[in-house]
Amino acid sequence: MKEIAGNTIISSLSAQFEAFEKQLNGQSKSAVHQVRKAAMAQLQTAGLPAARDEEYKFTNLTKALAKNIDFDQATPAFNLTPEAIKEVQVTGLDAYKLVFLNGKYSEELSDTISVEGLTVLPFQAALKDKQDVVEQYFGKKADLESDPFIAMNTAFSMNGVFIEVADKVVVDKPIVLYFVGDSSAAKLSYQIRNLVVAGKFAEATVIEKFDTIGDNESFTNVVNEFSVDHNANVRYFKIENDSDQAYHVSNTHASQEGSSTFTANTIALNGAMVRNNLNIRLDGEGCESHMNGLYVLKGKTHVDNHTVVDHVKPNSYSNELYKGIMDDKSRGVFNGKIFVRQDAQKTNAFQSNKNVLLSDNATINTKPQLEIWADDVKCSHGCTTGQLDQDALFYLQARGILKDKARAILLKAFASDVLENIDNKAIKDYLEAIITERLEA
Amino acid sequence: MLSIKNLQASVEEKEILRGINLEVKAGEVHAIMGPNGSGKSTLASVLAGKEDYEVTGGEIDFLGKDLLEFDADERAREGVFLAFQYPVEIPGVSTTNFMKTALNQIREHRGEKPLDAVSFLKRMKEKMKLVEIDQSLLSRSLNEGFSGGEKKRNEIFQMAMLEPKLAILDETDSGLDIDALRIVANGVNALKSKENATIVVTHYQRLLDYIVPDYVHVLYKGRIVKSGTKELALELEEKGYDWIKEEAEAQA
Repeated sequence: MKEIAGNTIISSLSAQFEAFEKQLNGQSKSAVHQVRKAAMAQLQTAGLPAARDEEYKFTNLTKALAKNIDFDQATPAFNLTPEAIKEVQVTGLDAYKLVFLNGKYSEELSDTISVEGLTVLPFQAALKDKQDVVEQYFGKKADLESDPFIAMNTAFSMNGVFIEVADKVVVDKPIVLYFVGDSSAAKLSYQIRNLVVAGKFAEATVIEKFDTIGDNESFTNVVNEFSVDHNANVRYFKIENDSDQAYHVSNTHASQEGSSTFTANTIALNGAMVRNNLNIRLDGEGCESHMNGLYVLKGKTHVDNHTVVDHVKPNSYSNELYKGIMDDKSRGVFNGKIFVRQDAQKTNAFQSNKNVLLSDNATINTKPQLEIWADDVKCSHGCTTGQLDQDALFYLQARGILKDKARAILLKAFASDVLENIDNKAIKDYLEAIITERLEA
Repeated sequence: MLSIKNLQASVEEKEILRGINLEVKAGEVHAIMGPNGSGKSTLASVLAGKEDYEVTGGEIDFLGKDLLEFDADERAREGVFLAFQYPVEIPGVSTTNFMKTALNQIREHRGEKPLDAVSFLKRMKEKMKLVEIDQSLLSRSLNEGFSGGEKKRNEIFQMAMLEPKLAILDETDSGLDIDALRIVANGVNALKSKENATIVVTHYQRLLDYIVPDYVHVLYKGRIVKSGTKELALELEEKGYDWIKEEAEAQA
């Protein structure tokens, strides 16, 4: 057998997969399980990202996971108090709420949602109740060969949420998913698989929030698949403000049909190592995609955002703005790819990544990649990295504002155009409060 | 109020101020004039506490306190105000919010309560009139996309809001047309009182037609080489700086 990266992790996962299959009983013949088996086989053949893997060049997750996470261990018990669970929720957010504890759906803590034309089910339940829809969309957007963590996630797909919005249905409130982990007694590792299917002219907002409480290391691996039909408008938020010991990988794949809009807001504020892959395929004419990202990092936090925007058809628009503030020994990575296929004439695609480094030991690696095969397009990209503007700092100080406060004002102003793009007030206020507190500390 | 003794300062090892002596009393207006590169703006920046300049000697006493011991923000809270020659553009921060923060930090320093929203707005409105500046401008990002005149008016507006004891106007007339110049000067004059003092740094006499100085000092090669009354400014306007340079060179 060929030597693959992450051998020990994969042999642990292989054993777990066997045990997992035994519990499935009747379901092991299902179409979904055939996909899982293919995913496991893919993982066993291709392995995890190797140290030299171009896509994971700056983010050696394989090594970090091998060192910090115990893949043989069963998921520990969840012992956090209701208060602790409440603590991580966004105050003042009017939303349909689903709560997952160590990855498992909690019926008790989640809202019962009854909205005409909206189906929200734990993924496991959807495998039975919505088998046809799941089979139609599961594994179709997130190609398990494209990323080893998609393969890993797909093999064990069981927990997460299934959301279906029928044609022309406008969901009146956001759907918020709280993923709360308890790593206080032992190391924690769990995977989440979400599937969101929005029909024609449908509108919905999905918010994901990840929090782990406890001093032990944790690993979460998430895959989201969004299917956005004609003229639909889907907004997706990801808020990641995890513990210093949290390792987190997410793959979000969205596919858009004609005249649809998809907006992703990816906010990373803390963790040990975070990798967000965001892939959007504009598979129809007249689509709009917005990607906003903000990472405000300190300590040794490492956050890597890899985005891909794939313009397949003509007349679409995509706009990407990622901003980062790095302090202490933190590290940011940004890799933004834009593909404009030969058919995708009249594409407008914009990308911008701006960074501020606050310490000599902070790092940013940023790389825009444009591949354009069409000849009548407008594309631009730009990235900047700098330090805090000393003249601006002096200007504010010269008006009596304390240096630390002046610094915080300037950094908040720097982050503001990403925050301004967030149209949900509760979320915006929540993020602003965290960032203000962080910057003034 | 302000007593500068033998002030020396350099930037990147280059000596710019070579022994400045200046006494400014409450109620007075002093003009600092001089040819380009004489150290006028350096003096203004050093007084305001810009860290790029290294003070290598001398002392600055401001109302009995050693100003050199203070950071820029402490100086401002003690009552020193610098109207910038080139006001900095700061995207994402509105003048209104910025002023609210600054004013309340200064009030806190003086042991006063922060202004409530209504009183703050009232004060804003009052001071806006003074420099004929529009509310919409103040809601925009600080100085971003402002014209030269708007930037300078915004400086005087901020000065009016913060009511400093010592105002230093660094080349406030540069880039202004005659109307803007008059508006800015009117603002400065309206703020003058027996309790505060003003230092006007300028290359040209023009501004001094509107802001009439009690004393005029000529800075050359980092030293005050001549002091006089407002007539000195007129003489400079007429004869230029060459005779001052010659006089100074002859003495040296």
